[in-house]
Amino acid sequence: MNRHVLSVLVENQSGVLSRVSGLFSRRGYNIDSLSVGETEDPKVSRMTIVVRGDDYILEQIKKQLNKLIDVIKIIELKNDQSIFRELAMIKVKAEGSSRASIIEIVGIFRAKIVDVANETLTVEMTGDEGKIEAFINLMKPYGIKEIVRTGLTALERGNKEIKDHRKYEED
Amino acid sequence: MKAAEAIIRFLQEEKVDTVFGYPGGYILHVYEALRKSDIRHILVRQEQAAAHSANGYARVSGKVGVCIGTSGPGATNLITGIATAYMDSVPMVILTGQVKTDLIGRDVFQEVDITGATESFTKHSYLVKDANALPRIFKEAFHIASSGRPGPVLIDLPHDIQESEIDWHYPPEVDIKGYKPTLKGHAGQIKRALKSIADSKKPLILAGGGVNLAHAEEALRAFVEKTHIPLVHTLMGKGALSTDSPYYMGMIGTHGYAHANRAVGMADLLIVIGARIADRAFGGTQVTDKVKIVHIDVDPAEIGKNVGTHIPLVGDAGTILDQLNEKAKEKDTAEWLSELQGLVKEIPLKDGRWVNPKRAVGMLSDKLSDTAILVTDVGQNQFWGARSFRDKPNRKFITSGGLGTMGFGLPAAVGAKLAAPDRQVVAVIGDGGFQMSLFELGTIAANNVGVKILLFNNSRLGMVRELQDRNYGKTSQVVLEKNPDFIKLCEAYGIEGVRVEGNDALETAIDKALSTDAPFIIECIVDPQESTL
Repeated sequence: MNRHVLSVLVENQSGVLSRVSGLFSRRGYNIDSLSVGETEDPKVSRMTIVVRGDDYILEQIKKQLNKLIDVIKIIELKNDQSIFRELAMIKVKAEGSSRASIIEIVGIFRAKIVDVANETLTVEMTGDEGKIEAFINLMKPYGIKEIVRTGLTALERGNKEIKDHRKYEED
Repeated sequence: MKAAEAIIRFLQEEKVDTVFGYPGGYILHVYEALRKSDIRHILVRQEQAAAHSANGYARVSGKVGVCIGTSGPGATNLITGIATAYMDSVPMVILTGQVKTDLIGRDVFQEVDITGATESFTKHSYLVKDANALPRIFKEAFHIASSGRPGPVLIDLPHDIQESEIDWHYPPEVDIKGYKPTLKGHAGQIKRALKSIADSKKPLILAGGGVNLAHAEEALRAFVEKTHIPLVHTLMGKGALSTDSPYYMGMIGTHGYAHANRAVGMADLLIVIGARIADRAFGGTQVTDKVKIVHIDVDPAEIGKNVGTHIPLVGDAGTILDQLNEKAKEKDTAEWLSELQGLVKEIPLKDGRWVNPKRAVGMLSDKLSDTAILVTDVGQNQFWGARSFRDKPNRKFITSGGLGTMGFGLPAAVGAKLAAPDRQVVAVIGDGGFQMSLFELGTIAANNVGVKILLFNNSRLGMVRELQDRNYGKTSQVVLEKNPDFIKLCEAYGIEGVRVEGNDALETAIDKALSTDAPFIIECIVDPQESTL
């Protein structure tokens, strides 16, 4: 069950998210995360979908997504040719002596403290999943109160744009 | 112009002459505009029938079938018909009423999220929130429904949208960024397909419903006759080639013929055209890993989904067959053909005290004209119909193959007859499915729709009975006790009919049914133990 990252251009209109997520649940595909936002063209949104599956499942996912009228283009982002980022906010217990060591770890990870309260610190960090997981693991002993994550978002490296890719069916 | 009036004009622009529907509170504006138009409205007796009739209408006319229902229960009643059309890729546009835009989401009277409910079995759908988008939406809907792999498209019309004022225009073309179906086959793949045909010793064509949907029967016949490649077909592919063609090797599948299923296992090259090859089709075959598969389909997602493919060919079946026909060479398949013909076994008809349904359909088929349309319901009647109705170039066979919807036959036959009033249309139905669609006798009577009903009455759900017998040795809940007197029931609607209790009375009954233009029912009493195959 390999992990794949798909970048999907869709029409920016209501119902699209439901169609895409509905497709995953009814065909039994595993989805790790899905993030979506507007692009340089306000009529178009871009989704980053992290899925798990073998080659057969991956091909089916791409083909079934392509069948949705609202889906404009799908590309797979390969690990070595793409930048992956996720944003997380972590509210961690920070009382007494632990406060200083948390601040130290935040500095090492180039994360940011965005809120300070008498019992907690809230940390904002971006990075690939590995970095975020590592940070969360280091925070666990202090007592994590809450975590929110945006899900992975990704872009291909270099000059190439998504529109330079051929449509999936033409491959 | 009122949006409702524009909607009716959009239908006229799309050459819609007949719609099937059932009015209600939140579709009233559309009905008022419809009343003033020359579009024929067929009032069904329950919305599900509107969808099935539009399905039959679309498959016979080659046009997009249109049906209309109101919001809430009107829309939910359409659901089974929409799913049926989706599974068999039938081009349809479904219009539903919806509560006022500002009331959506408040669970008001007769509100239901119909675009949400039908999301997984519509090709596309629209909930209209801006009346000015209506021209584009209708143009897109008809285009999406009828192009590529056809399918149902739903347009949900809130009440206030229907009565808003819009400027009349209808776009001449559509431009949907994410929807550009491939129709022409890739030249390189065509070459590879031709080479594999030339190299093969035992090629076999497997025709699916896509051949009929693409109206590619002529191109297929030309291909078969040029290359001498024999053909088997799925249930939905019935009619792709005449039954009496020397290359015709029968229907495959769990309810197909043994020789056809064996042929699939013996072939070294399988040319699949417009078939998704789901469980029911490949269930009975002995396909091996050794066979090379060329898969032609307009829907790229079908290729490689259920069987591995060596040469994928995405495009319209007719266009690709034309491309193949240009370059295909004659093949010597005489030995292979005679090997296949050697597998064919005559299955003797076993007659008993009651009507033999296989004999009945066979006799009917002999007496029907060369342009007749046979529509079946689902269950044993479906395969008695499919196995004994002989296909000819201008005949048509219509069934619910994908979803297997009981209650489909009668309303679909109504749609078929209204699309082709000059052709004979027979609905073959069991007593189970008939009672799921009895209300349509009202539609038939009111519109004097000249369909002939061949009812097989074994007082049970015959196919379930057979499955239970085979799997459990006992049956449960399959006997339809206290069935009504179906002839009297039809008589109450003013529909004439006869009951036939044995084979010797069959011929007179069929002759009588076919001698009039009026609707007619032949009720055949069938042995409860009669087998499907």
